[in-house]
Amino acid sequence: MDILNAIVALLNFVIIPATAYGAQLALGALGVTLIYGILRFSNFAHGDTMAFGTAITILATWGLQAAGVSLGPLPTALLALPVGMAATALLVLATDRAVYRFYRVKKAAPIILVMASVGVMFVMNGLTRLLIGVDEERFADGARFVIDVRSFREMTGLQEGLALRTTQLLTVVIAFVVVWALFWFLNRTKSGKAMRAYSDNEDLALLSGIDPERVVRMTWIIAASLATIAGVLYGLDKSFKAFNYFQILLPIFAAAIVGGLGSPLGAIAGGFVVAYSEVAITYPWLKIAGYLFPGWQPDGLLQLLGTEYKFAVSFVILIVVLLFKPTGLFRGKSV
Amino acid sequence: MSDADSTFGNRGNRDASVVNPHGRGTIDGSRKSGPTGPGKAGDPFLIGENMSGGYGRGPDILHDCTIAVEKGEIAVIVGPNGAGKSTAMKAIFGMLDLRKGSVRLDGRDITALNPQDRVKAGMGFVPQVNNIFPSMTVEENLEMGAFIRSDDIRETMEQVFELFPAVAEKRRQAAGELSGGQRQQVAVGRALMTRPDVLMLDEPTAGVSPIVMDELFDRIIAIARGGMPVLMVEQNAQQAMNIADKAYVLVQGANAHTGTGQELMANDEVRRTFLGG
Repeated sequence: MDILNAIVALLNFVIIPATAYGAQLALGALGVTLIYGILRFSNFAHGDTMAFGTAITILATWGLQAAGVSLGPLPTALLALPVGMAATALLVLATDRAVYRFYRVKKAAPIILVMASVGVMFVMNGLTRLLIGVDEERFADGARFVIDVRSFREMTGLQEGLALRTTQLLTVVIAFVVVWALFWFLNRTKSGKAMRAYSDNEDLALLSGIDPERVVRMTWIIAASLATIAGVLYGLDKSFKAFNYFQILLPIFAAAIVGGLGSPLGAIAGGFVVAYSEVAITYPWLKIAGYLFPGWQPDGLLQLLGTEYKFAVSFVILIVVLLFKPTGLFRGKSV
Repeated sequence: MSDADSTFGNRGNRDASVVNPHGRGTIDGSRKSGPTGPGKAGDPFLIGENMSGGYGRGPDILHDCTIAVEKGEIAVIVGPNGAGKSTAMKAIFGMLDLRKGSVRLDGRDITALNPQDRVKAGMGFVPQVNNIFPSMTVEENLEMGAFIRSDDIRETMEQVFELFPAVAEKRRQAAGELSGGQRQQVAVGRALMTRPDVLMLDEPTAGVSPIVMDELFDRIIAIARGGMPVLMVEQNAQQAMNIADKAYVLVQGANAHTGTGQELMANDEVRRTFLGG
């Protein structure tokens, strides 16, 4: 019984939240890795692109809610999501036109694009705050739980409860579908292959008749859509606050680099590695240890690091990977 | 711009955790094509006539250089290192700003077209290096070659595999994992996939072993005998002259000698200077 309780506690406090968080990071890291692989720079504005997309989605959600539209048990934000994706795609396309294209045509050194993206980050940062403010917004509605603690306890008779929130389940399901669709697109369609070809060899892609500007546009649209989906799922699961989206950039970059920049499969693996490490290291293991070793009475909470320091985990992972395996788990392009 | 900038040892541009220099292009893909004009009467199938120009705002590399190829023929460009052989090819393909001269294909003046539109106009080009998509499979490489086609490409792909049986066996393997000679075969195959009207090869035998080189030459002859004009730059002047219907010797970006392969082989000066004896 104690072992079962330990497993349930582990599921409830570590595995389920970390899986949902990992899926969100994976979607974010996919966008970063696509831009790195195809447009050839690390896009520092990705976190704020997520924030902008989420802000638009929240505004559209409020509009739908005011009009009395709802999805029943599912959050209304899912209906508003396409609006957010479209608006974000337009914004990044406009940004590309106004900022990045200039450097691309000049064949500027790639680091200049990275720096330009830092500038874009600050502008988007301000834009999002102007749109929706700096406060925390909760916009999840519909059914809160798929399984809640009390009914789980009644069902199983275990001491430990298990909660599975709708948003957590939704995150994993949507992430799975999106990732499948992205891989199908990249590996099976002509446009997707053209994007990979451009990533492999820009000049040869051009000499094969692939229009480079079209590839660039498609990449931005896909990256913006991924960013918005990741942002909305993160916001539904936790809450929306513009500043948090700026901070989440670090774990997202850690995920992309752990997996191997430029490798979509790596971005997903990296997202989960970072999420599991972060949750496992900041979780107080006292309760689970209590079930497994009833005789042991440790002094502390068995928490390796306070949750305030969770970003340090990403930093450490980042440094360790860059020191020992700079190409990431799946050999990316950063050789 | 600041590629050559040495601030901080140019570290930023070499840090693969923020930038990805891998596969970066040098051709400006955003350049729009201008209009095409009429050709001249009595033109060869493809001709770059009196071409002068260089890269960007740099000095001229080509000086009044003329290269042409007729239908069903193999034309080769030979010459010492730095003679502008590859540059002449690039000029014909629109990757260079011409200050003077024109390029005409099949009775049309295509001087103002960008490289993408020259592919659509019927030209196929195999660059000297970086001429495959390394992470994509052989089959995908060929598919990308046929990007501009919307009809069924399977037949052309089978023809390419017939021409290069060695890579046919590896069609599902990443092209970057193949040997040097096989990569060149994939590169030529990719260019053939558009079913171009003229095939341009920039040193197809660079860096392959002599046996592979002979085989590649055989294939190129087979392609030309099939009716497709071939224009190629070749380092191995002797062998190139042997298969050439027409040969151009370039020196410092200008035509030094022009003639059939046989004529040039018989020319004392050419033999002494370029063929080593």
